[in-house]
Amino acid sequence: MSATLEISALDPAHAILDTIVPAGEPWLQKLTKGQIFRIVDLEGNQAVDTLFYNADDCEEHYSLTHTIQAQGALYLSLGSVLMSSEGRPMLTIVADTCGRHDTLGGACSCESNTVRYALDKRAMHSCRDSFMAAIAHNPYGLHKRDIASNINFFMNVPVTPQGGLTFEDGVSAPGKYVEMRAEMDVLVLISNCPQLNNPCNAYNPTPVRCLVWNPA
Amino acid sequence: MSMTFANLPALARAAVPESSASFASDLVLWEESLPGGCHWSGVLRRGNTLRLTDLNGTANVSALFFNQEEKTERYNMPDTLKAQHTAYLTQGHVCYSDMGRVLCSIPEDTCGWHDTFSGVLDAAGLEKKYGQARYQTHRNSMCRSGLDGLVVELNKWGLGRRDMNGNVNFFSKVAADADGKLQFDTAHRQPQQHVDLRFEMNVLVLLSAAPHPLDPAPVYAPGAVKLTAWRSGIAGANDVCRLLCPENDRGFINTERWFL
Repeated sequence: MSATLEISALDPAHAILDTIVPAGEPWLQKLTKGQIFRIVDLEGNQAVDTLFYNADDCEEHYSLTHTIQAQGALYLSLGSVLMSSEGRPMLTIVADTCGRHDTLGGACSCESNTVRYALDKRAMHSCRDSFMAAIAHNPYGLHKRDIASNINFFMNVPVTPQGGLTFEDGVSAPGKYVEMRAEMDVLVLISNCPQLNNPCNAYNPTPVRCLVWNPA
Repeated sequence: MSMTFANLPALARAAVPESSASFASDLVLWEESLPGGCHWSGVLRRGNTLRLTDLNGTANVSALFFNQEEKTERYNMPDTLKAQHTAYLTQGHVCYSDMGRVLCSIPEDTCGWHDTFSGVLDAAGLEKKYGQARYQTHRNSMCRSGLDGLVVELNKWGLGRRDMNGNVNFFSKVAADADGKLQFDTAHRQPQQHVDLRFEMNVLVLLSAAPHPLDPAPVYAPGAVKLTAWRSGIAGANDVCRLLCPENDRGFINTERWFL
């Protein structure tokens, strides 16, 4: 696996927003064009399930297929442009100390947990439930239909040339971060993943830190 | 003890046949042709199978699936891949909804690999690749994008662009190298290959036969597809898809509970 890493020059002391998203919690935040958004994997190996919407038209959402087509490759890393369902750039990854992020693995849900693990896992907390809780009272009109397939920052889901797909141990570590520049006004919807049935969170979901800077 | 088909209550097991039928000409319900580039939608009922046939070895069929009884339930690409530990679809695989149910299954496939993650081209991507060929100059030979075709069909059912999500691209093979770089396999498709989609729920099916987004062919010439609906019955107790993995055993249990 090749990875290009890039350290950011931005100082958290100058961030206009600096918040902790606890393990298993959702987070919904608006970014304006040009702002820089950083997610820090505070304790390592934490999957951060993330969706983006055009803040002026929430029917335009992050699209994994447009993103994969645009870069001709599966994994997200430094320089990846996160594309919308209308084929427009939403954000660009401008700094990254992790090296690889997933966009094939989607979000965990009670329903898929019954399939993947056992029928009696339905009651366990899941990203889907966090997304539903976050949109239950949102002022933007987000609906279940808008919950498209997401990005999993800090998660590693390699595809083999033979077409196999596995969830590998995390590539991340404490303090690693990914930073992106908003190319339009966007909403960020995060579920800080509560999954306990596979190694995506090293079986111990932990908090992440989200920071926003205004353009220089 | 974890729940499997073998230890379901007797009434739940009795709702499942021993096996579904194999294809025979007297089981055919209807047949239609889908010209290359064109789009289609319709409802396929539980227990019926849609056979897609790539007539000339040049087809790509982009497909979306919704539960016709509750259209917020739809095909979910990541859940389909994760449950079956695969990045592509072929015989034995099923297409999962976001609610942990099997919308359709693939009991037979002579093609061997169907792409799951490349999506469809939009109008701008199509024009960049093939140039402009609009209705005004080309009439029904105009170039059509997969996205436009699927969005048109979505709107016929009260759905729209917000319901556009990762689709299956039947007959197309795209493989990834160790760094995730993608390659369209130009030698993969062959004339007369077919894949059976056996519907395990009542499913709204949307199709576009527009070119695959990563197909390097420089000329717009998407191949035609034959659609054959036939009465197969649902997956049986000993079905190749149910037995593929323990995940599918549980997925079929979830599906059967919708109809018990």
